[in-house]
Amino acid sequence: MHLDHADTDIYPQRHTYSSAADPRRPDGTRRALRIGLGGPVGSGKTATVAALCRALRDELSIAVVTNDIYTREDAEFLLRNAVLPATRITAVETGACPHTAIRDDISANLEAIEDLEDAVGPQGGLDIVFVESGGDNLTATFSKGLVDAQIFVIDVAGGDDIPRKGGPGVTTADLLVVNKTDLAPYVGSDLDRMARDARAQRGDLPVAFTSLVAENGVKPVVDWVRDRLAAWSAAHA
Amino acid sequence: MPTMPEPTVPAARAALLVLADGRFPAGGHAHSGGAEAAVKAGRIRDAGSLEEFCRGRLHTAGLTAAGLAAAAAAGLDPLVLDEAADARTPAPALRATARRLGRQMMRTARATWPGPELDALAAARPRGAHQPVVLGLAVRAAGASPTDAAHIAAYESVSGPATAAVRLLSLNPFDATAVLARLVPELDQVAARAAEAARRALDEGPDALPAASAPLLDITAETHAAWPVRLFAS
Ligand SMILES: Nc1nc2c(ncn2[C@@H]2O[C@H](COP(=O)(O)OP(=O)(O)OP(=O)(O)O)[C@@H](O)[C@H]2O)c(=O)[nH]1
Ligand SMILES: [Mg+2]
Repeated sequence: MHLDHADTDIYPQRHTYSSAADPRRPDGTRRALRIGLGGPVGSGKTATVAALCRALRDELSIAVVTNDIYTREDAEFLLRNAVLPATRITAVETGACPHTAIRDDISANLEAIEDLEDAVGPQGGLDIVFVESGGDNLTATFSKGLVDAQIFVIDVAGGDDIPRKGGPGVTTADLLVVNKTDLAPYVGSDLDRMARDARAQRGDLPVAFTSLVAENGVKPVVDWVRDRLAAWSAAHA
Repeated sequence: MPTMPEPTVPAARAALLVLADGRFPAGGHAHSGGAEAAVKAGRIRDAGSLEEFCRGRLHTAGLTAAGLAAAAAAGLDPLVLDEAADARTPAPALRATARRLGRQMMRTARATWPGPELDALAAARPRGAHQPVVLGLAVRAAGASPTDAAHIAAYESVSGPATAAVRLLSLNPFDATAVLARLVPELDQVAARAAEAARRALDEGPDALPAASAPLLDITAETHAAWPVRLFAS
C-alpha cells in the first residue's frame, strides 16, 4: 500500500488502473458503483439484471457487462429485450473458466467496464455497472478488485438444501437472492427452511426471496441496490 | 575442502517465473492460441497431434513473438517494435487479439513493476500495444534479461494451446504437460535465436528480427473469430 502511495507522485497515471479500490476515474470524476451477480447456471441472473435495468433505467445511468461461457446469449437476451441500448452492454469472453474472469484474472472485465465508462462518459457518465458472471458453481465469487458489492442468485428449483450447503457465494455475498419462489410448490422446496439455513450461514447479511414472473417481483433487489448506491455516493461525494 | 564458486544467477531471474506463471493475471486464460480451431478441424486430436501443433506454432508465431519481446527488453523503441509486430501479423483477428492481450498485460505489468517506460507506452497506445512488446517491456521493468523475455514469449506460444487442449479434448493433463517437456530443447533454441536477433536489431533495426509466420494459423484465426459459439476468444 505504501508503495502505491509513494509512486503516485512519480507515476500519476497509475490511477488509470481502474481497480475497484479507486473510486475516481482518470479525469477525477466518480466512477460508477459496480455490482457483481453470480450464481449457478439458470438461476435467474440475466432475468434479475434485466428487471433491475427496467426498474432503474429511467432514473439512473446503467451499463451491463456479461460473462457468457461460450455464447453471447446473455448479452443478446438483454439486447433483444431492449433492456438497454447496445452501447451500454458488453460481453466478455472467459475461455471456459467463468470464475477465473471474475476472480483470478479480472483484467478483461476491468477493461470492459473502463470502455463502457468512456463510451457513456459524454452522456453524463454512469451510476451503476452490473457485471453478470457466467453460471458457475457455489464457490464462485467476485474479486474485490472488480466489484464493490456482489449478489449471489440461487433458485428454489436447484434444491432447497443449497443454503445449508453454504460455500463462499452463499455465505459471503453481500446479498443472497433466492429466486423463482413461484416454483416452490411444484418442486417441493421449503422456503422457511431455506430462510433459516441462509440465516445460519450468513448471520446478518441480507437475503431476498424473489419471483421475477410476478409483478414488480424484483423489488427487494431494487431496494437493496438503491441503498448501496446511496451509501456509495455518500462515501465518495 | 575446496569451496564451490558462487553460482552466477542472471539479474532478476525469478521475475521470469512470475511472468511465465499461468496464473499471471493478464488475460491469457481466455485464449487458445489457435488450438480451438485446430481441434474443431481435427488437426489436434491427441497428445501427438498437440505436439505437432505446438512445434509448428513455436517455430513460427512463437519465434516472431520471442524476437519482439527480447528486442523490447533490450531497449529498442517499443513504438517501432509495435509497428514491426503489425507488419509481422497480417491477420486482422490476430492483430486485435495481440493488442487486446497487450492491453491486459500492460495493466498487470504497471501494477507489478511500475515504471516510466510502461507508462509512456500505455499513454501512446491506450487501446493496447502488441502483447510481446508489452511483455518485453515488463521484463525490462523487472530487471530481467532479453533472453528471459524470449523464453517467456516462446513458452507462452505453446503453453496456451496445451492448456486449451486439456479443456477442449479432456486430454490427460499429464500427457499435455509431457508435450511441453519434450519441447524444452526447442524452446531453448528458439529463445536463443530470438535473443541473438534482438542483439543484432539494436544495431540493424527491427528488420533483423524474425518474421516467421504460419498461414494456416492466420486463416483459422479469421474464421474462428466469426464463430457464433466458442469457448475461447482466439
Ligand atoms: N418461474 C420462474 N422462472 C424464472 C424466474 N426467473 C428467471 N426465470 C427463468 O429461468 C430461466 C433462466 O433464467 P436466466 O436469467 O437466463 O438465468 P441465468 O442465471 O442468467 O442463467 P445463465 O446465465 O445461463 O447461468 C429463464 O427461462 C427465465 O425466464 C422466476 O422468478 N420464476
Ligand atoms: Mg445469464
